[in-house]
Amino acid sequence: MTPTTIMLCGVGGQGTILAADLLAKAAAASGYEVKLSEIHGMAQRGGSVDTVVRFGEAVYSPMTDIGMVDHLVGFEVIETLRRIQFVRPGGRLLVNRRLIPPLPVLTGDTLCPQGVEEALAQEGAEFIDADALARESGSAKSANVVLIGALSLGLPFDKEVWHEVIAARVPQKTVDANIKAFGLGRQACTKGVGQP
Amino acid sequence: MTRVLLSGNEAVAQGAWEAGAEVGVGYPGTPSTQALEHFATLPDVYAEWAPNEKVALEVAIGVSLAGGRSFTTMKHVGLNVAADPLFTLAYTGVNGGLVIFVADDPGIHSSQNEQDSRNYAAFAHIPMLEPADPSEAHEMGAYAFGLSERFDTPVLIRSTVRLSHAKSMVATGRCRDVRERPPYKKDIGKWVMMPGMARARRVELDARIACLAEYAEDSPLNQVELRDFGLGVVCAGVSYLHAREALPDASTFKLGMAYPLPAKALKAFAEKAERLIVIEEADDFLARSLRSLGILIEAVEAPRAGELSPGLIRQALGIGAPTLRDAPSIALPPRPPLLCPGCPHRPVFAALRKTRAVVTGDIGCYTLGTLAPLSAMDACIDMGASVGMAHGIALAGGVGKQPVVAVIGDSTFAHSGITGLVNSVYNSGSAETIVILDNRITAMTGHQGNPVNGITLQERESCELGLEQLAKAVGVGRVRVVDSQDIPAVEAALKEEIAAPELSVIVFKAPCALLLREKRGPYAVDAEQCAGCNICVRLGCPAIGRDEGSGRAYIDESVCVGCGQCEQVCRFSAIVLPSAAPSSATSYTTGGAQ
Repeated sequence: MTPTTIMLCGVGGQGTILAADLLAKAAAASGYEVKLSEIHGMAQRGGSVDTVVRFGEAVYSPMTDIGMVDHLVGFEVIETLRRIQFVRPGGRLLVNRRLIPPLPVLTGDTLCPQGVEEALAQEGAEFIDADALARESGSAKSANVVLIGALSLGLPFDKEVWHEVIAARVPQKTVDANIKAFGLGRQACTKGVGQP
Repeated sequence: MTRVLLSGNEAVAQGAWEAGAEVGVGYPGTPSTQALEHFATLPDVYAEWAPNEKVALEVAIGVSLAGGRSFTTMKHVGLNVAADPLFTLAYTGVNGGLVIFVADDPGIHSSQNEQDSRNYAAFAHIPMLEPADPSEAHEMGAYAFGLSERFDTPVLIRSTVRLSHAKSMVATGRCRDVRERPPYKKDIGKWVMMPGMARARRVELDARIACLAEYAEDSPLNQVELRDFGLGVVCAGVSYLHAREALPDASTFKLGMAYPLPAKALKAFAEKAERLIVIEEADDFLARSLRSLGILIEAVEAPRAGELSPGLIRQALGIGAPTLRDAPSIALPPRPPLLCPGCPHRPVFAALRKTRAVVTGDIGCYTLGTLAPLSAMDACIDMGASVGMAHGIALAGGVGKQPVVAVIGDSTFAHSGITGLVNSVYNSGSAETIVILDNRITAMTGHQGNPVNGITLQERESCELGLEQLAKAVGVGRVRVVDSQDIPAVEAALKEEIAAPELSVIVFKAPCALLLREKRGPYAVDAEQCAGCNICVRLGCPAIGRDEGSGRAYIDESVCVGCGQCEQVCRFSAIVLPSAAPSSATSYTTGGAQ
């Protein structure tokens, strides 16, 4: 079995690291070998970040290359389009419908790029409004878990495994909200409302 | 045995603990930080952050001398700071096992340069282990201590970002090795490195490395995996994983110890393989070493700069590339990292920009003051350099009529800014302004304690280093402490101290925004009042933007933390708190390692 490669990308502070951790733990609990690779430090201060999780019967490198990603989960649209070449043709593209303007755009030094969502749609992106669903779950900060819920339908891990992993990983007070956020993400994809 | 998901950093610390390491000491630095943080959480250990890596290693040497096993952690540039004791420690050797964990940053994700620490191993004549994944980091973290005591040598363990911050399943739960300490025996021939003794130890050092090279020939650390003999690959660390991914059929000689090398075993492997290549990241350390052993290797045209990946290996060997999607047709703006929303030290950079000073900067969050729109830093080299460089610029007669200002954080100042300040005062004659941005924490690496805030790694009783008293004690005549959130006070302090005809120190004091417990706000822009002057936008706060159509400012309420800096700079009273804001002052947590 060729390993499955998932890349999570977004802006530092959006929770890609926690999401990747849940993903890796769910893969391990489902009996797969798993490798995760993330970036800490300066990039986490509002910069462009990505984390890679790979699982399968045997996984060697923790890194990936352009054209090799099976699932790209975009927490933010500009950062997703920036990494579009990583996704292999036919790979899955799951994108949070959110644009966070980079500082040069905020300051007016650069114009905000137009047509980012459309370009992603052309590449076959499934969109999800993870931030709204997170607010609906009762935990505005759980957009990352909503996205993991949406991703989960394409992965061979049982729902119960996900629930156990989430319950063990997030703060005790937020377990219910996070399980709900996961469910909302999963449901959004089942219903297909995320399709462009 | 239980299997848990661990990072390379956590795993190596777990291994060190299992080997009975009783003292851990280091200085935080990405990507090494979590090694000591994890070690500190394990039972029956003492762990501390030292002010810098040199001190950390010296503390570890003391532990070893007394017979204890010590574990030291740092990033690659930290090893430069610790290099002075390192080279002589190679001569003395150890009593209790001493292991130095060093994490390199190929690709420069969060550093000022890209160094290959393997060169230190050969340079200082210290064996170096190179684990490939967290599981091996765990094994080698433990194994290194036995090696250290058996061969009377410190042992280096090298990591890189893709080990330190990679996670995979690790089998933990082994019992801790609690053996009796070797007794302390006074031995000046071994421990006092005066010329007469050092000469003898130098000879012993060469003999020790020869013994280690012999040991390497059939050490379990090095593994030969014979597959297809058409291509043989010599590799170590994470590069082994990339090579296995890219070249699944090739035979591999995986070096678990990058120095010293097993010459006979490598030659035997070379004879078996039709083609022999070396796959390695960063410097061509192994390739050079193999060539110096007289082993013929085929050159691989992989880039030396940046990180290696399976794709780059395939590309270098001309193996088919994957089919790609088209590159995006839209030009995407870059997304540089930036100071956090509500960073209490942002006003200092905004004020510095106005002074038109030439600003020498330093390592840490404050390097982010370099980028537009703050654009308030001219140079950044290494920990503590801002102070010495500012003195140097002043000695050179300055730069035009620009004033000279050094900017340094609290932890960085304690790390190596103090000696620079002593020099500037001792060799008086320059009138630069030293700005210490005291945010009460070592922030960039994830909130560690430091001597300035007096928070220790295992939350033991401590005291705060008084920056004001320290500056006065070393002889600075003009020292003042200013709240960096009070913008008029910040501007006035900078103006006065820059104008002063002598060296002065300003301590701008306000805790890191990430320590905020209660947030005010969010603020909003009253569109009727906003004149579109852009002054708030030029603060470079990620919560404030300029509307492309109207030119007016807007505030993203999901990002705003209510620091109120924009309200202070606005001249049109256009920035308001829509909700009845709590009148109490913003409160902060006391910090502490996260």
